[in-house]
Amino acid sequence: MTGANPPAIAVTGLRKSYGDTLVLDGIDLAVAEGAIFSLLGPNGAGKTTVVQILSTLIGADGGDVRVAGHDLAANPRAVRASIGVTGQYSAVDKLLTGEENLLLMADLHHLRRREGRRLAARLLERFDLTEAAKKPASTYSGGMARRLDLAMTLVGDPRVIFLDEPTTGLDPRSRRTMWRIIRDLAGNGVTIFLTTQYLEEADRLADRVALLDRGTLVAEGTPEELKRLIPGGHVALRFTDETALAGALGALGTGFLDTSDDDRLTLRVPSDGGVASLRDLLARLDAAGVEPADLAVHTPDLDDVFLTLTGDPKDGSAVR
Amino acid sequence: MGAVRVSHTLADSATMIRRRLKHMLRYPAMTVQLIGMPVVFLLLFVYVFGGTLGNGLGGGGRGRYLDYVTPGIILMTTVGAATSTAISVAMDTAEGIVARFRTMDISRSSILTGHVVGSMISIAISIAVVIGVALAIGFRPNAEPLEWLAAAGFLTLFVFSLTWLAVALGLAAKNPEGASNAPLLLMLLPFFGSGFVPTGSMPAALRWFAEYQPFTPAIETLRGLLMGAAIGTSAYQAVAWSAGIALVGFLWSMKLFR
Repeated sequence: MTGANPPAIAVTGLRKSYGDTLVLDGIDLAVAEGAIFSLLGPNGAGKTTVVQILSTLIGADGGDVRVAGHDLAANPRAVRASIGVTGQYSAVDKLLTGEENLLLMADLHHLRRREGRRLAARLLERFDLTEAAKKPASTYSGGMARRLDLAMTLVGDPRVIFLDEPTTGLDPRSRRTMWRIIRDLAGNGVTIFLTTQYLEEADRLADRVALLDRGTLVAEGTPEELKRLIPGGHVALRFTDETALAGALGALGTGFLDTSDDDRLTLRVPSDGGVASLRDLLARLDAAGVEPADLAVHTPDLDDVFLTLTGDPKDGSAVR
Repeated sequence: MGAVRVSHTLADSATMIRRRLKHMLRYPAMTVQLIGMPVVFLLLFVYVFGGTLGNGLGGGGRGRYLDYVTPGIILMTTVGAATSTAISVAMDTAEGIVARFRTMDISRSSILTGHVVGSMISIAISIAVVIGVALAIGFRPNAEPLEWLAAAGFLTLFVFSLTWLAVALGLAAKNPEGASNAPLLLMLLPFFGSGFVPTGSMPAALRWFAEYQPFTPAIETLRGLLMGAAIGTSAYQAVAWSAGIALVGFLWSMKLFR
């Protein structure tokens, strides 16, 4: 990761529209070789579109893209030869067994039969799939299918790997396994381009994070830099009637109405969530004679990042 | 286009064909249905309707009708197989694996080649079974070896064209259900042609349609080759139809798959 190496992925002014809908509005990215780069954003932000363009699946409307040193528009085949893609939807052949899926990849990379068999056995072992090797992929659990998917991506020994939401829909245990695998890959010098909707995932894995919202990058930096942009969390106080809510607002002097509560009876009060500030908050409510029906402490998450950086509170369904 | 590129295209196509054949072994229900349906139609038409229909052909009863209807049933087999091709193309394209193929440095045409060649092999097996059943219940073609060869060649061409059309229909379909509907219309064409009864017995409008649709010359060509009936211009028409359908299916598929 020295500055002398050209970036593994370099994107300038990337634009894409579907009909009248502008999906990507001038994206600039640079990913250093061997780094883990995470593109973070809610559903519909355009993350998958970026991956689809960078992995040659769809064309861009404008902008320059270089992947692994090759110009995407001029030489898509060279790009394809250098990359591996594990998409959001399992890209395994469900009618074939795990082993056959890997051998299929070995054949398509024109490996010799013996070499292919040895590689397949090694990957099955590494991804803990040896026992399931002879079973059809249709019988695999979500986590197993995702591991097989990634194992297939590795058959061609790609220098750049795109992972589109690799842990969406996985249980916590499988997610952790996936994180370990991704870290190991980067440790071997492979460049990883990862999309995710989970701030935690980007935080744990990525060297750099870019935040995508409605087709534009709203922030880019290391996880630490990004987190500094996030304000403290808040406390959500739910009341039984509007009088109590108004009383609380008066007593605390700050807070705003949580629009995701249909009854409009929940107050969000900025807070670091610490014991001292909670005690202070409750004391003030007590003094005003207001009793909340429910109290929840909310630590900073992606929601807050968007709140700060876009000034547009996403509804709960868009950001998890 | 270097020699390496060509050899890779061939190797990739072989890989995709193997993949498709494995699918057929893994999911035999479709293959069984593919063979079962024309056999049922053959038995139905010969044993239920055959006696009466055979006499309508100018005497000869059931045996005569078996000889008459078998070429029609053979072509029906090809349509059934085309339906299954369209469905498997639609199913396959909906799967993430094809998106993966598209991001790999492989020959893109190999993906479709795999479907076409794989389907043609399964159709060849189906046709062999149908002919085997027909022979077992008394089908007596009088074709010489050369005529059998010509029949096989003609069927290959016809199946090739139908398969490319099916691939295009499968790619054009929004989902596997949609893919199963389009070729269903093709299934009816042997009925509205000379597959089961001579077109001369039909009302004028229907007869006109029957005589100008691709299945009638195809059936007449096959019937002529196997049974020694006069082929006339049917062979040219059938070959022209096949070439045309193949071209349209191929170009349409390529356009959809880009």
